[in-house]
Amino acid sequence: MKKKIDFLFAGVGGQGTILASDILAEVGLRCGYDVKKSEVHGMSQRGGAVESHVRWGEKVYSPLIEEGSADYLLGFEMLEAARWPHFLAPGATALVNRYRIMPPAVNLGQARYPEEKEIEDTLSQAGARMVWIEGAAKARELGSPAVAGVVLLGALSNYLAEPVEVWQTVIEEMVPPKFKELNVKAFEAGREMTVKSK
Amino acid sequence: MKKIMSGNEAIAYGAYLAGIKVGAGYPGTPSTEILENFARYPGIYAEWSVNEKVALDVGVGAAYTGARALVTMKHVGLNVAADSLFYVAYTGMKGSLVIINADDPSMHSSQNEQDNRHYARFAKVPMLEPADAEEARRFVKYAVELSEAFDTPVIIRTTTRLAHSKTVVQQEEAPAPPPASAEPAAYERNPAKYVMVPANARQRHPVVEERLKKLAAFAETAPFNCLEDGDSALGIITSGVVYQYAREVFPSATFLKLGMVYPLPAGLIRELARRVKQVVVIEELDPFIEEQVRLLGIPARGKDIFPNLYEFSPGRIRKCAAEAGLISPGEKKNVSIPALPARPPMLCPGCGHRGVFYALQRLRTATFGDIGCYTLGAAPPLGALHTCGCMGASIGVVHGVDQVGVKDRTVAVIGDSTFFHSGLAPLINVFYNRGTSTVIVLDNRVTAMTGHQPHPGSGKTLMGEEAPLISVEEVARGIGFKKVDVVNPYDFKNVVETIKEHIKSGEPSVIVARHPCVLSTRERYAPYTVNLKACNECGNCLRIGCSPICKVEGGVAIDASLCIGCGFCAAVCNQNAITQAVI
Repeated sequence: MKKKIDFLFAGVGGQGTILASDILAEVGLRCGYDVKKSEVHGMSQRGGAVESHVRWGEKVYSPLIEEGSADYLLGFEMLEAARWPHFLAPGATALVNRYRIMPPAVNLGQARYPEEKEIEDTLSQAGARMVWIEGAAKARELGSPAVAGVVLLGALSNYLAEPVEVWQTVIEEMVPPKFKELNVKAFEAGREMTVKSK
Repeated sequence: MKKIMSGNEAIAYGAYLAGIKVGAGYPGTPSTEILENFARYPGIYAEWSVNEKVALDVGVGAAYTGARALVTMKHVGLNVAADSLFYVAYTGMKGSLVIINADDPSMHSSQNEQDNRHYARFAKVPMLEPADAEEARRFVKYAVELSEAFDTPVIIRTTTRLAHSKTVVQQEEAPAPPPASAEPAAYERNPAKYVMVPANARQRHPVVEERLKKLAAFAETAPFNCLEDGDSALGIITSGVVYQYAREVFPSATFLKLGMVYPLPAGLIRELARRVKQVVVIEELDPFIEEQVRLLGIPARGKDIFPNLYEFSPGRIRKCAAEAGLISPGEKKNVSIPALPARPPMLCPGCGHRGVFYALQRLRTATFGDIGCYTLGAAPPLGALHTCGCMGASIGVVHGVDQVGVKDRTVAVIGDSTFFHSGLAPLINVFYNRGTSTVIVLDNRVTAMTGHQPHPGSGKTLMGEEAPLISVEEVARGIGFKKVDVVNPYDFKNVVETIKEHIKSGEPSVIVARHPCVLSTRERYAPYTVNLKACNECGNCLRIGCSPICKVEGGVAIDASLCIGCGFCAAVCNQNAITQAVI
């Protein structure tokens, strides 16, 4: 058991970051960690940028991660992932869903969406190992864009020591019953993506 | 057994465990989930009242009758309910009354970041502040006990980070249902205590002052105020979730962790000052604790180190502490944060409000706005809302503008839930005072912004029961308005014509723009697509501010996975270049 592991989720309102971070918090609790989690609801959900903090530890005080100490970044959307280099700990791993949602200024032609290379550079200058996850493509293939977050969790699970059965049980319990099978498949698909890069 | 719960879920759970029977409130981030969760427990009654003041009066009535009552609201909601807070602070109650007040430092979803700890001192009532969800659960029980022991309403203050953070909460066995009372509930009369005419109120005020002294004495030994031993260099006074941040930054300091932020335990504070060389108060927003500590003659530091703006975080506290020399500055990591396009919240794809705001933008009205999803009508590219202050302000404001003589194209827009909350009185005011304003009620049938809570125009209660549906247009006609129209906001031409006609009419009028919130009904049709050959790049569809529509080389494209098929973009396209995909 590690002393602490901090996870930062970044995405766009409506992408399912809250459910995914709830699942991760529950996995931590069942594996014996003290767990805290923080996010902001309300105005931010209307297609705005959202972030969620999940912390596992022997004893966790703050529900918020401190700058420079996130061990994992889960980027549900590429541009949103690129906002957080200052939160990453040296040697952190950034798992980023290869998926773009254009912000309003880009839609109106007033701003430019960053290139993939720029996002890679932004996160790696902070000392992070950057891994692209084909979460959106896989979710589409499985028939539901909504499960991209669970693909990311599958990808993350390979980096952690917690038994896969715990993940599966928690996912089965926390997703809506009629999407159970779909989410388990999404989790498996995510695991396959990072099995070698571990 | 342990469970991960948000602060709000834990408050609801704590209220259930504490035997609270009646819950009332009005939705408001970050307080909304408390009542939504409380409503799911057995043997209780919960309601969304039309506004916070009504909710508090409902709680007062229940508590006067001897029940344990819970009232929930966000910080600005307590402004609305303040009148009731002040009388019940004098009367006390037979049962108990717990008021949950959710502050929003950093204004994640609010128009200001007022520090409502001042209300505790202002109304002379105790205020508790839990530091995580487990404490939130336990503090509701403390609050009920305090309320009953001291005959006072008790406020529990949360902040966004407490309300929406999830931490591990101990689960208890469900409380045994109380034995069925042989006698039916009855109201026990005691006018000297409950009729606040001057003669009685003069008798109650000394009781309130005496109560405050007793509460301050109780605070010295209360289980929720703790002196935590540490080294003698630094003594930190803090409360709430800020305690958690400070604990990480100052692992070895001596702490006075306050679970009750009003009244303060002077003895404990003096004891801390005796033990340490320097006392520092770390609190978000105003120097509420710091000023009281200084009044004790203790040269505490606080706001000179930790600013009175926005919420804190461990990183922010560390930075301020290092600048003040309280800790050594850590290694500076040089990471550049790229300048990236912002992603502000927007009206959802398919939102019915869009049609009205686009019409108002085209008509160049001066638009006086209100609080809700539709406040997003102020955002570019719509930019069609020009004031937003507080719940219900729009109608009074447009009438004031009208009375100065600005008659040309002024309208008020107000949501349905906001209308029932505090729009009725100013609407009557317009009519009574011979105003000529046009009021547009954006009726999407739910309190959408806070997550689709039912209201008097929804036909449903918080407990999930069918309810009479109150019609906005009938209310307006009942007041006496002659000019009242109902429009479908997607019917763009009709919306424009109706608004034009109303503002030209020179009489007071009401337009109800009705379309159920598509997020709430999950309405979805085949997405629309663009024929680039027909597109002349006029930009109309980009000006409606719908997120699936994106500028591309030679025209626009629509992201089919985000489009819900409302067709409003097709309605504003002059070239018929946008059509619905055939599935």
